[in-house]
Amino acid sequence: MAAIVAEHISKSYNDVPALKDISFTVENGELFGLIGPDGAGKSTLFRILTTLLLADHGQGYVAGHHIVDEYKEIRKKVGYMPGRFSLYQDLSVAENLSFFATIFGTTIEENYNLVRDIYVQLEPFRDRPAGKLSGGMKQKLALCCALIHKPEVLFLDEPTTGVDAVSRVEFWDMLKKLKEKGIAILVSTPYMDEATRCNRIALIQKGKILSIDTPQQMVADLNKPLFAIRTRKIYQTLTVLRRAHFTYSALPFGEYIHLTTTQPYVASEIKAYVADNGIAVEEVLPVEATVEDVFLDLSKTVETQSQ
Amino acid sequence: MTPKTIIQVEKLTKRFGQFTAVDAISFDVKRGEIFGFLGANGAGKTTAIKMLIGLSRPTAGSGTVAGFDIGKQAEQIKNNIGYMSQKFSLYNDLTVAQNIRFFGGIYGLSTKKIKEKIQVILTELDLQSVAKKPVSALPLGWKQRLAFAVSMVHDPEIVFMDEPTGGVDPNVRRQFWENIYQAAAKGRTVFVTTHYMDEAEYCDRVSIMVDGKIEALDTPNNLKNQFNATSMDEVFLKLAR
Repeated sequence: MAAIVAEHISKSYNDVPALKDISFTVENGELFGLIGPDGAGKSTLFRILTTLLLADHGQGYVAGHHIVDEYKEIRKKVGYMPGRFSLYQDLSVAENLSFFATIFGTTIEENYNLVRDIYVQLEPFRDRPAGKLSGGMKQKLALCCALIHKPEVLFLDEPTTGVDAVSRVEFWDMLKKLKEKGIAILVSTPYMDEATRCNRIALIQKGKILSIDTPQQMVADLNKPLFAIRTRKIYQTLTVLRRAHFTYSALPFGEYIHLTTTQPYVASEIKAYVADNGIAVEEVLPVEATVEDVFLDLSKTVETQSQ
Repeated sequence: MTPKTIIQVEKLTKRFGQFTAVDAISFDVKRGEIFGFLGANGAGKTTAIKMLIGLSRPTAGSGTVAGFDIGKQAEQIKNNIGYMSQKFSLYNDLTVAQNIRFFGGIYGLSTKKIKEKIQVILTELDLQSVAKKPVSALPLGWKQRLAFAVSMVHDPEIVFMDEPTGGVDPNVRRQFWENIYQAAAKGRTVFVTTHYMDEAEYCDRVSIMVDGKIEALDTPNNLKNQFNATSMDEVFLKLAR
């Protein structure tokens, strides 16, 4: 059986739906990303799969056990790093790790090889209270504590939120190594650019999964021509492009505008069209899509269908 | 300071005991510019901004913000800037109109002016239908636009923003950046601090702080060329590692 199986999971808080009919599987040794903004339902799904919350509908299995009937088994076999920092702030780095090892009936020594690479970075601060660590260091300690009982499945809820760019890259490098040791990992993030670090991803918005695939395939499947346009007058150019007959969508994308067109088009024609409307464009390039382009396209399609 | 410059800083320094948090930084920001102020956690960003907005006195160096001296005219600076953070800008249990009135009052606007402002903001943001609803009932995207409008209720020339769109829905993020572009197109300066590098891509120019110093300052495009990188994330990694 796959490491995680979710089948038609739904959950509402009072009358507000948080998850709508969520199904997916995560294989052993797979790094699976749940990619979506704040409020998409990511944390609710984590709590259900880690047996901390009951779903209204649907079934789930983690490490081969049913999430309701066999919740005690699951709790022994998973590591869970919640979105909010949840270690003991007034215990030291070493004390926290020792505490988590003890409540899972093991010792730091027994599974040290699993956390060694991460823990050596924390070693210089081993006597510092966890509450006084930097954001990146806190996340590393939390990861150690989630790993110390050698879990089969690892749940990481937004481990890189609020962590600077350098620490983010280091964190993803660590996840890659853990995955190679055969641990299944479900990780959530609001950062679309982190999607490419995963084997497969699910894009989630407003409690619904928009798509599940490898990031490479998802990007390849965007079925519209995509152009990046650079101009000094972004606001004015957007206004002009949205009136153009060839435009499907025109959205700011960093220092570029990303334009999708309703049919194949030539960059020079787009440039000429904008110039005819009195705006100088520095470049128009056909570009490959990113996961964020796919997310925007899928959510636009969902919106159009629901209207 | 020229009329085209809204922030000018010379060798601005802040020391706490032996520790130099901000180490002689110099830069300027032009009127109507969207300026990104980047740095890793602990690089000195927050300390630098506190000096710019009049909450902390520099140990050494000088500068002006909106025409006022940051060493001597902190109170005038506070009156002449706007500030918006993603999370704490609005009172959730006050209504939309009450929030505007509250912040108008804080900035000392007359009752008449506040009434006018309420109407202008509600109309521009198309929020009349929810004017009497508590802010907690609004979708995130609306809240954000309201917070932005409220931060400008006293018509400051420059608005400071702290991580305005980190973690939000890509659709919401884009609507918000369009609002920022619109404000900048009207001549308002927007000073964005963030450690989300993809957010930095939206700025006209960005500076990157590492260990108390500004290590790079240019347009995102020039920085990418300079560091032979395809994204600001890469630029940042090359600098900060």
